[in-house]
Amino acid sequence: MAIAPASARPHRDEPPAGRHPDPAPRRRSPARHVVLLGLIVGVLLVLAPILVIVLNAVKSPADYASNGPMALPDSFHLQGIVDFWNRVDFGRKLLNSLVVSGSVAILGVGLAVLSAYALGIGRVRGRIWFLVFFLVANLIPQEMLVYPLYYLSKSLGLYDSLLSVIIIFTVIQGAFGTYLLSSVFAQFPRELLDAAEVDGAGRWRVLWQVVVPASRPTLAVLVTFFFVWTWNEFFLPLVFLISNDNQTVPVALGVLQGQRTMDATTTSASALLGIVPAVVFFLVFQRTLTRGVMSGAIK
Amino acid sequence: MIPSAVGGGADLASPPAAEPRRRTRNGPRRSARHRGYLVFLLPGIVLSTAVIVVPVLMTLGISFTRWQGIGRPEWIGLDNYTRLFSDANFWASFRNIGLVIVAMAVVPTLLGLLLASALYDHVGKAYGGRAASALRSGLYLPQIVPVAVTGIIWAWILHPDYGALNSILTDLHLETLARNWLGDPKYALYSVMAVLIWMQLGYPVVMFMAGLQRVDPELYEAADLDGASWWQRFTRIAVPLIRPEVYVVLVTTTIAGLKIFGQIFVLTRGGPGNATLVPSYFAYRNFFERAAVGYGSAISTVLTVSIVLLTYLFLRLQTRDERLGGW
Repeated sequence: MAIAPASARPHRDEPPAGRHPDPAPRRRSPARHVVLLGLIVGVLLVLAPILVIVLNAVKSPADYASNGPMALPDSFHLQGIVDFWNRVDFGRKLLNSLVVSGSVAILGVGLAVLSAYALGIGRVRGRIWFLVFFLVANLIPQEMLVYPLYYLSKSLGLYDSLLSVIIIFTVIQGAFGTYLLSSVFAQFPRELLDAAEVDGAGRWRVLWQVVVPASRPTLAVLVTFFFVWTWNEFFLPLVFLISNDNQTVPVALGVLQGQRTMDATTTSASALLGIVPAVVFFLVFQRTLTRGVMSGAIK
Repeated sequence: MIPSAVGGGADLASPPAAEPRRRTRNGPRRSARHRGYLVFLLPGIVLSTAVIVVPVLMTLGISFTRWQGIGRPEWIGLDNYTRLFSDANFWASFRNIGLVIVAMAVVPTLLGLLLASALYDHVGKAYGGRAASALRSGLYLPQIVPVAVTGIIWAWILHPDYGALNSILTDLHLETLARNWLGDPKYALYSVMAVLIWMQLGYPVVMFMAGLQRVDPELYEAADLDGASWWQRFTRIAVPLIRPEVYVVLVTTTIAGLKIFGQIFVLTRGGPGNATLVPSYFAYRNFFERAAVGYGSAISTVLTVSIVLLTYLFLRLQTRDERLGGW
């Protein structure tokens, strides 16, 4: 999603904001302090809903009932989280999400590499039309695909299986990856390819031994994006994964939330369990993501 | 895709750079160099055809029929479409999507410009990049919270009886301001919009701060020497320079807004009444709750055509803008 345009002017490779020492720090006037304070308050307001959830996830129901949602918890109560975990078999849901997102990330990037190799480096005839095709494929809303896919997967016996969701998202993410990687590969240094060709390497060997290793940073960014996007997907998994054993984390939480049979502390506990993996990914991938957002890194 | 935001939104703003054509007069060198690549395109084409092209054509075909998902579809021509254009729910869903786009694309872009500029130009320069990065990460956090969880958090905060927002208002003796935020047709859509802004804000901030890296520090120094105000530096230097990012953000968030489903599903299910109905949920309801597959297909088709047209217009606008030497 967050890929800066390749058409942007090439700029010097600078480290991201916040890395380079400031040559001449500005004077800190009172007005500046006010601006900073305003920003800090604003960011705290943005974070407040998440903080409130964390507060209430570790409260006992009795504590919540007597002191309300905004009070600090009087003890560290993990029972709500444990109960919820067991009630929905959360470990199973986590595993499903991991299997789906991990497979899609790897397979989707693999598929995109193959297509982009033909379009960006091979420059096959009519490649502009292929690119338009992959771009439009990426624009199509899932509602336009969902019923036929639902129908077809039922007749193929793939309905309500992780495999169906993996195949569909591999293709959808792969379309985006193809579009992006084609423009990256179009800039690939010809000399490297020619040198490999002179050595008598075939197309496959050039791809695996020259192109893929040289584009590793970009591919890592793509794998990250695909993983996170797929993890958060909601619509198609909601339609395709109906049995409890196959649900992914977002679907399990979304469906439960509709039931309204949970008290406030359990609700908070469930939200916390949904947030934790996301934050973990964020911390683990932050460097990759930041690099991905920087237009310079993607090239 | 992102989206974030946004499920996956492509970098629409820049078609892959085409190398200047080498004039090889279809000599042997060119053909040798470009031979044997087609096989690599096969998996992508075959799979995309099976998973995307065929379903799209099927949905298009089904939209001209009456079908309940079983038995034979019955051909009814344009009936679904004529019914659609006289359906109050359909118009409500498109009116709502307009406001959703305001909340997902327009407001976050404008706020994001101000915030990114303040973080980069003020905080980054006076208090160091660490502070700016920390604040940026804080703003970005709602973007990575899964949609289903966002629904849980906000449905609970906005709950009329035991929600945190109303209990804060009560503690401040402002009971009269307490509302049934998501359950009252008058406020539901505005509440949803507020949640969407909260979700989306981090994405433009991150993108624009990345774009501001391109600003030549000497420009700012020169502006300082000329005594330019903060506002002038912002409007004359920062905004024109990160135009490409602004386009990317606007395109990707607008498309994400048109496709919005999860947020509506977990917050309001389109209700109360049709106050927060959006096309994608409207289609979902017809497919899986009412078994009106033909009608749902017609809704999806109209939505798809709108998205493709809008993207095309955006790209046209942008190329014109670049040609005029926008930056």
